[in-house]
Amino acid sequence: MSVNDLFKQDLKVVNLGLKSFYSDLKSQGVRTVQVNWKPKAGGKKKMLDLLSKINKVK
Amino acid sequence: MTLQTSIKRNAYYDSVTLMLLSRELQKLEGVEDLLVGMGTDLNLDLARNLGMASGEFDTLTANDLFIAAKFDDKKISMQAIEDAFKVYISRSAESESDEDYQPPSLQAAIQALPGANMVLVSVPGQNAAAEVEDALDAGLHVMLFSDNVSVEDELRLKQKAVEKGLLMMGPDCGTAIINGVPLCFANAVRRGKIGVVGASGTGTQEVTVQVHKLGEGLSQVIGTGGRDLKDQIGGLMMIQSFEALIADPGTEVIILISKPPAPSVAEKIYRIAQTSPKPVVIDFIGGDRSAIEAAGAIACVSLEDAAQKAVNVLRGQPVTDFAGFSLPDEQIDLMVENVVAKLKPDQTELRALFTGGTLADEAMKLLADHYDIYSNIPLSPEMAIENLPEGRGHICLDLGEDEFTRGRPHPMIDPQTRTEFFKSHVDGQTAVILVDVVLGFGSHKDPAGAVADSVREIRERLSGQGKDVVVIASVCGTDLDSQDLNKSVATLEAAGILVMPSNAQAVRLTDRVLQRKMKGA
Amino acid sequence: MIDIIENANKEALEIIQNGQPTLIGLGIAEDVIPGMSKDLFLHAGPPITWEKMSGPVRGGVMGGLMYEGLASTPEEAAEYAASGKIRFDPCHHHDAVGPMAGIVTARMPVWIVENKAYGNRAYCTLNEGLGKVLRMGAYGPEVIKHLQWMENVLYPVLKETIEIHGPIDLKTMIAQAVQMGDEVHNRNKAATSLLIREIAPSILKTSFSNEDKIAVLEFLNSNDHTFLNLSMPAAKATLEPAGKVKHSTIVYTMARNGTEFGIRVAGLGERWFTAPAEIIDGLYFPGFSMEDANPDVGDSCITETLGIGGFSMATAPAIVQFVGGTPKDAVRYTTSMYEITTEESRAYKLPPMNFRGAPTGIDIRKVIETQVLPVINTGIAHKVAGVGQVGAGVVHPPMACFEQALEAFVNLLEDEGLLEE
Repeated sequence: MSVNDLFKQDLKVVNLGLKSFYSDLKSQGVRTVQVNWKPKAGGKKKMLDLLSKINKVK
Repeated sequence: MTLQTSIKRNAYYDSVTLMLLSRELQKLEGVEDLLVGMGTDLNLDLARNLGMASGEFDTLTANDLFIAAKFDDKKISMQAIEDAFKVYISRSAESESDEDYQPPSLQAAIQALPGANMVLVSVPGQNAAAEVEDALDAGLHVMLFSDNVSVEDELRLKQKAVEKGLLMMGPDCGTAIINGVPLCFANAVRRGKIGVVGASGTGTQEVTVQVHKLGEGLSQVIGTGGRDLKDQIGGLMMIQSFEALIADPGTEVIILISKPPAPSVAEKIYRIAQTSPKPVVIDFIGGDRSAIEAAGAIACVSLEDAAQKAVNVLRGQPVTDFAGFSLPDEQIDLMVENVVAKLKPDQTELRALFTGGTLADEAMKLLADHYDIYSNIPLSPEMAIENLPEGRGHICLDLGEDEFTRGRPHPMIDPQTRTEFFKSHVDGQTAVILVDVVLGFGSHKDPAGAVADSVREIRERLSGQGKDVVVIASVCGTDLDSQDLNKSVATLEAAGILVMPSNAQAVRLTDRVLQRKMKGA
Repeated sequence: MIDIIENANKEALEIIQNGQPTLIGLGIAEDVIPGMSKDLFLHAGPPITWEKMSGPVRGGVMGGLMYEGLASTPEEAAEYAASGKIRFDPCHHHDAVGPMAGIVTARMPVWIVENKAYGNRAYCTLNEGLGKVLRMGAYGPEVIKHLQWMENVLYPVLKETIEIHGPIDLKTMIAQAVQMGDEVHNRNKAATSLLIREIAPSILKTSFSNEDKIAVLEFLNSNDHTFLNLSMPAAKATLEPAGKVKHSTIVYTMARNGTEFGIRVAGLGERWFTAPAEIIDGLYFPGFSMEDANPDVGDSCITETLGIGGFSMATAPAIVQFVGGTPKDAVRYTTSMYEITTEESRAYKLPPMNFRGAPTGIDIRKVIETQVLPVINTGIAHKVAGVGQVGAGVVHPPMACFEQALEAFVNLLEDEGLLEE
């Protein structure tokens, strides 16, 4: 979907981060969803390593 | 003084909530110092440097919250501090509790919002690139507000975006208005025929606001992030957006805003401008106008001028430089006379305290010919604020820069930082204070009020020395913004502040005042 | 490319979805529970020693000793328990589950639930009711007296009742209850009503006196949570066969012993992954606070493990008064559980979720990736034995359990040479 296609659509926004951005969109009636964001695996390196290993099962 | 720390595992709060919360908790009676944050390396270092970390801090991860407090245990207890924390969080959560489901990941969100076409990313920089990549892979456009994203990541992500025909606005992109919807920090402006691509947040805001004031409207306002026009990135987003606006039936005139790009990048932009069927107005703030004009585009002397020229060309009216004032010259002269008369001989210095980086930059460029201005975003290395002889001289600060926003919200969100600088940087030798007041989405609910309060405080302080000071402001806002342009102007004027209709005019008035003062002195 | 984990999980879910938990009768613990004996006391949660047991669990052990006649005073009981003369083992190691302290002793009557699809059985004691009860760690004379009444009157009547009535399909009963406002962990009113309705005529047909029949009916009716002690073994019986599926990352046990929280993962067999149990930050009854609370305890989160209980909170909006929050919160909790589970239940459909099936099959990979922890609705016991319930709330297992399990899982795959370099 190109930039010019986007210009023809209704904006539907996924917000990752500061809640105020989501609230502002909501107050304007824009279709939006706030992600309850946490770093993947809590940002814990050990867990991220384990997860990537487990995704590489033969 | 007791130092105690408290830890909450697996509890995530966004940075702005925490910083505002921290401020509230600091106000508690008996609390001397307090630090609240997620267990990121940055925050832990901060805590350790302040001597507020405890042994268990070594076990903290970025997903844990810590509260470190230095308090007088005769006046307050750690329990009371934790209770206050809970109350504050629940108050901000109250409006949340009956609210919509918040999916835990981008993937889950895309499922929850079928037809999602834009992702707004403002998570910590080190995590942002991965999220942007996932969003682009899923075929969504991206606005990347986060900074601290590497150049390598930016390049890779923008290349992917261009390949897929997607927007990747950022990193450090604070302003966009897509399909009439303001995103992040943006003003409420009417829809119309003028399209904007901006590499500078408040620069873009100023241009949109001025277009609105002149009675025209915006078709699309696309941000590219501050680094887009550097060599390494090669203007990828600027070019893609420029071309999209040329192809957009809703856009009749295009404005491009940026600091002067790398020459190779400027080349590419001029080439497109040359063959553009639509008029192109280019403000490479302080850049070389002849190259712009040689490319068949319209050059500008200020952000306000860019807006005016775009409006004129849209209306088929003559395009001329606007480098003066909206008010008649006589009125300006009178104003200047009156305020200069109140200054004492030793009041000679400028204190420009900006919340918008581009507005600060524009200010310095307009004043560069006549003044040596020291800054944290200097026009040249010699003018770095560290070089300022004993703090005596003209100063222009961008208070939104990293060094001032460590552990505190951006001054556009929370005026507290600038309030402190009013106190610390304005003294008996200040002649003029110059400020921007930015309204709109994302901004504080009453930035004008905060400035007015600070100015009253300053006048009180200086009246003790038998002195007054000149305060000049511009308001980057519209009548449609929730903070209301007219109300904000009235608030500022009630505090004796001279309000100009644009940043450029405010800067020009500042120049007039300083010139007059120097002559008269 | 064949993904052995995905296939294993599919197999585990098939087993879970196919489960047919059925009440087939009642028996006495030492007669029917595998490995049960006079010197063995079963308890809730992962393995634990007397030294590490918390107040309510110790109280349950002491009460159990007096009930069994192995001690005549609490002091004697405490001495006996510490002496090593009785062994302790998790209910889970003996095909059993127990709510709160979960103490099972040789003489206690138990429900017998059979998973008709796979033939395995699960056992659970009968629910004592509210107030001062053994499962909250009370051990006074009235507790013992009540247990004796249950053994001498309640048990024989119910045993004959089920013999007369025939087996009861618990899967269908639970499926109905979750459409009547129950989640069958902390909210069992509808399920208990359905049970009583089902067996009442058969109670009347038994050979016992009217007095006994009336007493039994009145007791069942006085205790909304009668059905909890059936939903728990129903869930246990459904999940246990899935625990044998190699290479599956599905959780088939969650349980707490009042000191530690433990989970077991299908592909990791019978290994427990434990971490300190949390103190529940919930709603406390007037006069009580978090300071009074015992850490999380009980096998009852076997219901959540199956996807009912707290996972189905959306379908039991009345529960929110109990745990704090709004009905919309309940929906949000259930919605978030879909992020960490594998399939929707084919049997348990939730009307407020547009009849979506309950979120079933907790996957440790998803828990760690999303950092969303399973949600458990639970009662909170006072940390001092016997005081009883002091509140209720929502609690989560510690993330550490899942992290340890993931690490062990990856190590296992490495040892088996199943990971790409």
